[in-house]
Amino acid sequence: MSEFLSTSSVLFALLGGLMIGLSSVLLFTLNGRIAGICGMAFSLMATSLQRNIWRLVFLASLIIGSLAFHLFSGAEIPKPPNTSMPLLILGGLLVGYGTSLGNGCTSGHGIAGIARLAPRSLIATLTFMVAAILTFYVVKHVLGGAI
Amino acid sequence: MNLPVVIASGLLFGAGLAASDMNNPERVQGFLDVFGRWDPTLMFVMGGALAIALPIFQWALKTKTKPTFAKRFYLPLKQGIDKNLVGGATLFGMGWALVGYCPGPAIASLGYGHLEVVIFIAAMMAGAKVHQWQDKRWPR
Repeated sequence: MSEFLSTSSVLFALLGGLMIGLSSVLLFTLNGRIAGICGMAFSLMATSLQRNIWRLVFLASLIIGSLAFHLFSGAEIPKPPNTSMPLLILGGLLVGYGTSLGNGCTSGHGIAGIARLAPRSLIATLTFMVAAILTFYVVKHVLGGAI
Repeated sequence: MNLPVVIASGLLFGAGLAASDMNNPERVQGFLDVFGRWDPTLMFVMGGALAIALPIFQWALKTKTKPTFAKRFYLPLKQGIDKNLVGGATLFGMGWALVGYCPGPAIASLGYGHLEVVIFIAAMMAGAKVHQWQDKRWPR
C-alpha cells in the first residue's frame, strides 16, 4: 500500500476523472468534437478566429472551471512546478512540439482516443506514459536533477 | 456547434482537472516516479474518465449516425501507427516528466497566477508552431 493513497485523494481523483470523462462525452456526443486540449490550443495559431470561437470558449471555460473548483471547495491552489527556468522552457517546447507531431496529448489520445478504442491513441498513450516514467527516472534518480 | 455544450464541457473538464489534482505538477511527477516514491493516485483519474467515456463513446459510435448539434462526428483522419505518432508521444512524455504539466492542466492553471505557467505555455505554443511550420498539412 502506498504512503500516498489516502481515501480522500483517491475519491477526488475518481470524482475528477468522472467529470473529465463526462466532459469528453458531452463534447463528442452533442457537438461531435474530440476534447483534445492541445489540438484546440494549437488550432488557435493555425486557423481563422471564426473557426476558433468554440475552442476559445472551451479553453476559457477550462480555466474558469479549475478556479471555480478551488473557490467552492476551498481546496488549496496547487504550487507551480519545481523546475529550473531552462528545464521549464525545454519541457514546454517538448510538450508543444511532441503533441503537435503526435496529434494529441493526455486528453485527446488518453481519454477520447482510448474511449474510441483508436489503435493510434492506445499506442500514443502507452508511449508517452513509458517515456515520461523513464525520463523522470533518469533525470531524477540517475542524473540527480532537481525536478 | 452548440456553445452552451462547449461551456458546460469546458467547465466540467477544468473542475475535474482541479478536483483530481492533475493541475498539481508535484502530484503528477509523483505519479511518474514509479521507480522512486510512487504516488499511484492519478491512476484513478484515468480510471474514472474511461469508466464514463469508454461505454458512452462506444454506444454513440455504434448507434448515433451524427451528434445532436453538429452535422457529423469530427474524427481524426490519420490511421495507422507511424514514426511521427511514436516520436511525438515520446517527446511529449519527456517534456511532461520534466515539468509535470501536460497541455490541459497547464492551460487550466492559467487562472492560478503563476508566472511558471505562462512561461511553460509560451514555450509549448512555440514548440507547436515549429511543428506547424514543418508540417504543411496544418491547419487541419
